[in-house]
Formats: sequence, structure tokens, C-alpha cells
Amino acid sequence: MIRPLVVLAFAIIAQASQPPAPSGDAEQGRTLFVNNGCYQCHNYEGHGGAAGARLAPNPLPWRGFVSYVRAPRGDMPPYTVKVMSEQELADVYAYLRSRPRPPAVSNIPLLAR
Amino acid sequence: MNRRGFLKRASLAGAAAIAAPDVGVDAQAPAPRAPAPATPIMSASAETAVLLDTEVLTADRTGSDFMVDVLKSLGFDYICANPGSSFRGIHESVINYGGNKSPELITCCHEESSVAMGHGYAKVEGKPLGVFAHGTVGLQHAAMAIYNAWCDRVPVYVMLGNQLDATLRRPGAEWAHSVQDAAAMVRDFSKWDDAPMSLQHFAESAVRAYKIAVTPPMAPVVLVLNSEMQERPLGVDVKLAIPRLAVPAPPQGDSGAVAEVARLLVAAEHPVIVADRVARTPAGMKHLIELAETLQAAVIDQGGRMNFPSRHPLNQSQARAIADADVILALEVNDIWGVVNSFRDQLTRTSRPTTKPGMKLVSVTTGDLYVKSNYQDFQRFAEVDLAIAADAEATLPSLIEAVRRALTPDGKRRFESRGAKLAEASSAALDRSRLEASYAWDASPVSTARLCAEIWGQIKDEDWALVNGTGGWARRLWNFEKSYQWIGSSGGAGVGYGAPAAVGAALAHKRHGRFAVNIQTDGDLMYAPGVLWTAAHHRIPLLSVMHNNRAYHQELMHVQKMCNRHSRGIDRGRIGSEIVDPPIDYAKVAQGLGVHAEGPITDPREVGPAIARAVAVVKRGEPALVDVVSQPR
Repeated sequence: MIRPLVVLAFAIIAQASQPPAPSGDAEQGRTLFVNNGCYQCHNYEGHGGAAGARLAPNPLPWRGFVSYVRAPRGDMPPYTVKVMSEQELADVYAYLRSRPRPPAVSNIPLLAR
Repeated sequence: MNRRGFLKRASLAGAAAIAAPDVGVDAQAPAPRAPAPATPIMSASAETAVLLDTEVLTADRTGSDFMVDVLKSLGFDYICANPGSSFRGIHESVINYGGNKSPELITCCHEESSVAMGHGYAKVEGKPLGVFAHGTVGLQHAAMAIYNAWCDRVPVYVMLGNQLDATLRRPGAEWAHSVQDAAAMVRDFSKWDDAPMSLQHFAESAVRAYKIAVTPPMAPVVLVLNSEMQERPLGVDVKLAIPRLAVPAPPQGDSGAVAEVARLLVAAEHPVIVADRVARTPAGMKHLIELAETLQAAVIDQGGRMNFPSRHPLNQSQARAIADADVILALEVNDIWGVVNSFRDQLTRTSRPTTKPGMKLVSVTTGDLYVKSNYQDFQRFAEVDLAIAADAEATLPSLIEAVRRALTPDGKRRFESRGAKLAEASSAALDRSRLEASYAWDASPVSTARLCAEIWGQIKDEDWALVNGTGGWARRLWNFEKSYQWIGSSGGAGVGYGAPAAVGAALAHKRHGRFAVNIQTDGDLMYAPGVLWTAAHHRIPLLSVMHNNRAYHQELMHVQKMCNRHSRGIDRGRIGSEIVDPPIDYAKVAQGLGVHAEGPITDPREVGPAIARAVAVVKRGEPALVDVVSQPR
């Protein structure tokens, strides 16, 4: 149990020391999210799907988000500065954070066990 | 009537036909010249026949009647066909001589639909149906579907019309519809073919073809039916016999190798069973459950067939059991390399193993018994520690017995503890799936998770079967527990399989009174939407709910990847892959083909009620379609 706690502590410290995301325009972010093909794997709401992870409404911390988009570790195609500026990524980030939280599973009868 | 009497009667009929007045001739016009005497066309058969002084124009029975006798002996229920002159003889024999029953002719609008219907049908019914097609233009349409069935190890029985004797061909189209070696173009992806030269040859090859098709590894077979042989009169004194069919018992694994696998599994700390195309019959799932429960081992169902109940506590298909595995038993897994490696599709393609060092990999597959060279569906070579070339389903009973013999009291206690942990993991995975499904619950376009949840809400109390669909959310959220509730996918990833395979599977479910459900993608339906008419015409009950993301989305992502790689035109990645401007109105398409349909639906709240109305139509015995505009994946 010690190891996960240590990792969690490092993660919290790392997050606290990260610079906040620059302010972004969520509306513009949605346009960019669609026009740049992010929706293809992550779906229009950034809620993830068969081909991409869920991003919204709580994406990775800002710096980690930018790092991953620029140099993905998995199969995701890289987005260079040439095609998406840091400000445009901030707009997308704002869009993802603006997505509503889902209703509680217990309030969705169709998802009952 | 003996042959001499038959020919005499036919000769008289021929003479009467020649004497009939030509009503098309103008009375004022000069009398036409008498036609030159017809030059008899000397076919191979005519060369050996009695020379007649008058023309024979009718026959009581022809070779194709006997061919139908053979097809009946093999137990074919249906023949799917788009009509074609090269098999007009057997077409007529099926509907008249055979009474259009066992087999019944199913009218198809495309040969690809005929074969894909056979693909879906065979996976439900456990036996092939027949397909008639032209040996040239028909087979070229059918080829993609034959390839899918080949990759999916499914028997489809294809019969091709072809006029072999060049001297008998009608000028024009019949020449374009004739070929020296009809089956050549699909020989790389069919298991066996023949072009019989006589009716007795046909009978023997027909039974042989059936036997080969249904023996694991199953695959399509092709028979060429010479048009002349179909249409040639059948003499009453001709001695023909239909051989008896004995389907071979599938090969079981070597007893020594099976005992060694059992020893490995019993000794393992984290054994994992990976199943792909295991369950050929209901017994397959039953035996796999028995093996998994005896060992309390994790099961990853890759979904090639209905191998394992989706909510069984040992089902770890949504978990990451491979990384911890010390023994992996791969049952009828086509891509074993892919089970134990990950692949990264970037500018430089890379891969790495996903298992821990020392892991033992065992395979049981008929794939080791039969493989061809040209088409590469056999996947990358996998280094296995023990390979058993055998049918997995047939091998399971002896493996279960061997495991039981190897068990110890201490082992049983260890297994119980492992099983409890796996049950917890399975339960947690289901909870995670429900939570993930709740995201974008109210979004428009409709999320694919909600789409599946809405369908489930309407069909869960029926005796349902999912006959087509990506299976992703359905397999995470629905309770698959019966052997017929899932049949896997196309095999060759050839788009256009879904709709016709669903109709073929629904045809098979119809006689069992089951409720067939199809999650239908838009791009797939547009390959041959005419199959909806086939479903309407033959009253095949099938609920189709469109997962309409208005794109060939898999390909869209590939093009997007290239755009990103080159950092150019990233906003144009959709060109060539989207199905918009205009968006297709699938409800109107279906309605035009005689199918009850609603949509397009974009509001998630309207999905459930529309499906409920469609369910009522399907329960009346008809097809119905609901077009839902959905999120991409």
C-alpha cells in the first residue's frame, strides 16, 4: 500500500507545482476540437469511446495535456505547434472543462445492473 | 414413358411450333424467304445423342432436377440468389421441381448480399445455405463476401452457373458471362472447388464440397454448374446415385499434449484463457464455462463467437489480465501474436511484448491444420510454447478431464481464492462501464453507450440475439448468457458484411422464434441496402438500429493520422470519408424498400420510444429500422 500512496503524493505535488492553464475560449475550443479531428476518437463531448480516452470534464493537468498532445505515447497522432498553437490548445482545454458532469448512474434506470 | 417415346412426343411438339402462323408478318409485304435450314450445334452431348429428324423443344426432366435432389439430400433450407441466366435451369428446378421448399429460394439484390446472408445464417444455424451466382459477373460481386467468410472460418456453399461449351453459347452476353475456370478468382480464399463434367460427378462433388465446408476449419466452397448440364434432358434410363454424407468428427488434441496443457494450467498462479472462434455449437460455451470454473481462471473473450457469458464472474474481457498471466491458453485465436504484444502505429511502427518474462503460451487451433499463402489473414507468426493442431471445442472435454485429474486439494483452495478476486474485478469492470456510459448521456448526437442502453431497455425481456454490431458497448452493458446471442463479426473487416449478415442471421433465428437485433452502421448499409428489401419481401423479422455517425469513421481516423503526421491540412481530414452533404435519410431509404422505419433521431429522449414502436413491428414478423444519428465511436 505504501507505493501507491507515494505515487499519489508525488502526483499531488506535481499538480500543485504546475502552472495553471492559460485562459481559453470554450466556444472556440469546441470548433477547434471538431475541425482538428479530436472528436473522431474522443467523440464530440470529449467523453471518450472505442478509439480514444475520456477527456472531459476533467482532462489531464494542463502541462501534461500539452505534452501528450505534442508527443503522444500511444497511437494518437501528434499535434505540432504548426497545426495547433498553445492558445488553441488552451481553447480546447477550456471546452473540455466546460462539459457537464454526467448524471449519477443511480439516477439512470437504463444503466441499472 | 421410355426415352424413345419421350423423344417422339417432343418431336411432334417441335413440328407444331414450326407450323404456327407468324403474326408479326405484314400481309401486304412480299412473302419472306424460307429460312435456311438450321445448322445443328454439335455440343459434346449432341455428338453422342441419337440424331433426330425434328427438333425437340421440351423435356419432362433435366439435369438440374437431379441437382435439386442432391441439394435436398444435403439438407439445404435456403438458396440465396440474384437471378442469372447461367443458372436458370437450376433456378427453375428449385422453384418448380423442388416445390421451392428445402431449399427455398431467397431473392437477393446483390451477390455480395447472398453470400453475406449465408455467412450470418451459418453462424446461427450451424450449417451452410446455398448461393447461386453467375460464374463471372456474379462471382465478382460475391468475392468480397466470400473473403469475409473465409477469414471468419464460416462455411458458405457457392454454386456458379457457367456455359462451358463455347459452341452452345448465345451470342453476346452469354460469352461475357462464361469463363474457362470460374472458381479461379476465389481459389485463394475458398477451401475447395470443382467443375463437374457429368451429373454423377456433380453428385459426388456436391457431397464432397459439403463435407469439406463443414469440417473445421470451416470455409466457403465453390461448385461450378455447367449450364448445358443443368438444361440437358434427363433420360429415364440414366442411373444416378446420391452419395451418403458423413460429416467428419472434428479433430481433438493429442492426449499427451492435452495432459501437458492441463499440468501447466493447474500449476499456474494466473492462468488466462483467451477465446476467439471457439464455440461452433452450444456445447462450446458450456465446455468453456466448465473449464474456466474448474480452474477459476480468467477468460478473455475476443468475441469471434459467443464463447462466454458477458457477466460471468470469471469474464475478464474488460480487465488487463494478460500482463499478470503466467500461462495463456489461446483457443481458436487467429492473432495470437496480437494477444501478447502491443503495436504502435506511428511514423516508425514499433511493438513490444505485453506479458511478463517466463509466461507460457499454449494454442489450440485448427488454424495450424490448414493455411494458404496469398492472402495474409493468418497474422504475424507467434512463438508459442505448446501448439495443439486441433479443434478447440472438440478438445475442451478431454482438457477438462485432464485438469480434473491433475487437481489437488491445495490447488482447489488456491483456485477459490483466485476466483473470488476475479469476481471482484469483473464486478468492478461492470461498474466502470456503467459509469463511463453515463458521460454525455444527454448529448446530441446520441452517444453510442446510450444507443446501446436504449436498445437493451427495449429488448432485454425478449428471447433476443445480437446479429451484427461493433459489440463494444453492447458487450459491456448487456447480459449475454445464451449460446446464440452473439455471432462475432465479419472476419475480413470487409465493409458491407453487416446488413446482409444480419438479415441472414435473422432468417436463421426466425424459425426458432428469436428476436434478432442489428446495430447497423451507416457506411456498411450503403454497400448493398437492397438487402432490406429482401428482409421485407421474405418477412424476416429484424430490428435494425442505425449507429449513424455519418462517416466511414475508421478510415477517417486513418486519414486524420496522416494529416497530423505531415502537419498539413489537418482540418481537411474528413474529405473523402464523411457521408454528409447531403446526409442520407436512412428511414426514407428503408421505407422505400418496404421496411417500417423512423428517423433520423438526434434527441436521445426520442430513441427509446422509437425503438419500442419498431419492436412491435418486428414482433409481428417484419423488419424495422430506427435511424439514430450518433457520436462517432
